[in-house]
Amino acid sequence: MSLTVDIALSHIARRRRQAAVSLVGVALGVGFFVAIAALMQGFQQYFVAKVIDVSPHVAMKDEYRTPPRQPVALRYPEAAIALGGVKPKDEPRGIKNGFARLAEIERLPGVAAAPVLTGELILRYGSKDVSAALLGIQPPRERRVSNLEGDLTAGSLDALYGSANALILGQGLADKLGVGLGDSVTALSPAGVVMKMKIVGLFETGITTMDLRQAYSLLKKAQVLQNRPNVVNEIRLRLDDVARAEAVARRLEARYGYRTESWEESNRNVLGIFVIQNAIMYSTTSAILIVAAFGIFNIVSTVVLEKTRDIAILKSIGLESHDVETIFLLQGLIVGLVGSLLGWAIGYGLIELLASVRFNIEGFMRSEGFKLERGFANYLIAAAVAILASGLAALLPARKAARVDPVEIIRGAT
Amino acid sequence: MAPPDPTPTAAPEATPLLRAEAVTRRLPGPVPVTLVEGVNLTVGRGEFLAVTGPSGSGKSSLLYLLGLLDRPSAGELYFLGRPTSRISEHERARLRLDHIGFVFQFHYLLPELSAEQNVALPMRKAGRLPIRQVRDRARELLARLGLEDCLAKTPDLLSGGQRQRVAVARALANEPDLILADEPTGNLDQKSGSQVFDIFEQLAADGGHSVVTVTHDQALAARAGRRITVVDGRIVSA
Ligand SMILES: Nc1ncnc2c1ncn2[C@@H]1O[C@H](COP(=O)(O)OP(=O)(O)OP(=O)(O)O)[C@@H](O)[C@H]1O
Ligand SMILES: [Mg+2]
Repeated sequence: MSLTVDIALSHIARRRRQAAVSLVGVALGVGFFVAIAALMQGFQQYFVAKVIDVSPHVAMKDEYRTPPRQPVALRYPEAAIALGGVKPKDEPRGIKNGFARLAEIERLPGVAAAPVLTGELILRYGSKDVSAALLGIQPPRERRVSNLEGDLTAGSLDALYGSANALILGQGLADKLGVGLGDSVTALSPAGVVMKMKIVGLFETGITTMDLRQAYSLLKKAQVLQNRPNVVNEIRLRLDDVARAEAVARRLEARYGYRTESWEESNRNVLGIFVIQNAIMYSTTSAILIVAAFGIFNIVSTVVLEKTRDIAILKSIGLESHDVETIFLLQGLIVGLVGSLLGWAIGYGLIELLASVRFNIEGFMRSEGFKLERGFANYLIAAAVAILASGLAALLPARKAARVDPVEIIRGAT
Repeated sequence: MAPPDPTPTAAPEATPLLRAEAVTRRLPGPVPVTLVEGVNLTVGRGEFLAVTGPSGSGKSSLLYLLGLLDRPSAGELYFLGRPTSRISEHERARLRLDHIGFVFQFHYLLPELSAEQNVALPMRKAGRLPIRQVRDRARELLARLGLEDCLAKTPDLLSGGQRQRVAVARALANEPDLILADEPTGNLDQKSGSQVFDIFEQLAADGGHSVVTVTHDQALAARAGRRITVVDGRIVSA
């Protein structure tokens, strides 16, 4: 082995206890980082995958981002007087020429689109009333845009055509009502339409809010229920390349004026929480590493102080400043490296421990255990940061060691 | 025996190992301190030179200058015929490594390393020998100094005399042309001190090595081929 490594190791061996403390510090920092990152990234990736899977990549709605200016404001743009009690212009809701737009959007490359009419609905079964979000869909188009068909646990999408008034319910919603496949419920819409509807399918996406609230019917039925013939109030898109969602949304909004959201925008609140989560994770683990780095700084500084005589003798023999610097830098790097390897083992162990935990929760997502990202990247990042921090901590005292003037030391000692 | 006349012109070879010309060393500061002043000195190959003088006269300071550990403030020091005052730290380190061996009063062994590892150190830095040969040579040197039983011992397990002999072995590791010793016997009993001087005598007699040693012991100094006395940073008698 190299001379500098040998001497560095001999110094560490001399201060085994202190080195062990720093080593454990580095190991804990690395281990926790690996485990927490696996936990959080695993959950976040699972969430994003689910969201991308069950919700449209892009949704165009019959709303405007800024409320349209009312006629009175347009008529008197510079008015100093505020007019109160002016009736707003009564615009029929829905996307204007919805089907023509749908056809245009469908012609875009890499884009599948489906029309939807959404609305509220009260479902009544026996003495139970449960409110639901009704989505009127066209099954052939819906198939290309969402994974509804794949999420069905009973019945089929085509069964919507099978009965006069057919309905597909989220599993949670069905459980709340106490209905199963083949049962009939009474549906009441805000428009005052009442309809007896038969349950022809049940789905479970894993996202609790959807499973608890959503119901699907044919678009035509939804239009009858809402008393809005031929109206579509949302066009949903699925892209071949999800990464383009935001760009496509911006383009469509610029072109048609309707509020158009990518999945990222629709889930911005959750994605924002992820950012905060990650920031907390990074700062916690960095704090551990910073403490460990201080420990390393301490050890190496002490060793340098203790070893000035040895440094002087090494230089008198013919070792150079950079050799001396290397000797002390190595001590930090060795602690960082060994600590990282130990940390990998801790991290791996923690991940396996988390993986073995089984539970059943229904938060905003249904899950039977932790979702874990086990990729090697987190191990590498953690080790790189730890070794870098250890090296930096040792660098200052190592520089000081390199500057030791042998004559001064030897003259002082003799 | 070395020639009685120490002046440069009387040096036995055309290119002496070491030649100091008007070497002066001052410590700068508000009150500058002169450590060594106007020293002219030639050390030939195979010469055994003893340096004596009162405490604080500048013997050690002179030794650091001769060993390329310190730089003169004025004057020039020729090592193997080359002026050394303007060469880089890197070159000076290389010259020390290849040509000079130091022995100090307080042995200065690395406490974590065994005797063998201490002796191997200069050879490993020089990097000319494969590790196996480094080990063999370290053992051979220690055996030559009567330390064959101490190879694996760390300095704290050795007696003062043994430590000093390990330090001598380390100084000899890279076959130096010059051995500089600063009161190597200062901490030793009579017998051990005498042993160290036996070794120096042998090294000089074999012809390969020149030895310059500082000593307070007049009896030991008398064994050297040549003696110089330093007072107030100057060589006063040769
Ligand atoms: N850093 C320094 N600052 C001021 N004076 C110094 C310094 N180093 C050495 N000196 C002085 O320089 C002079 C020469 O010191 P040096 O150690 O070379 O003497 P020496 O002959 O080896 O003495 P000794 O026999 O005690 O070892 C001494 O008077 C010493 O006090
Ligand atoms: Mg001295």
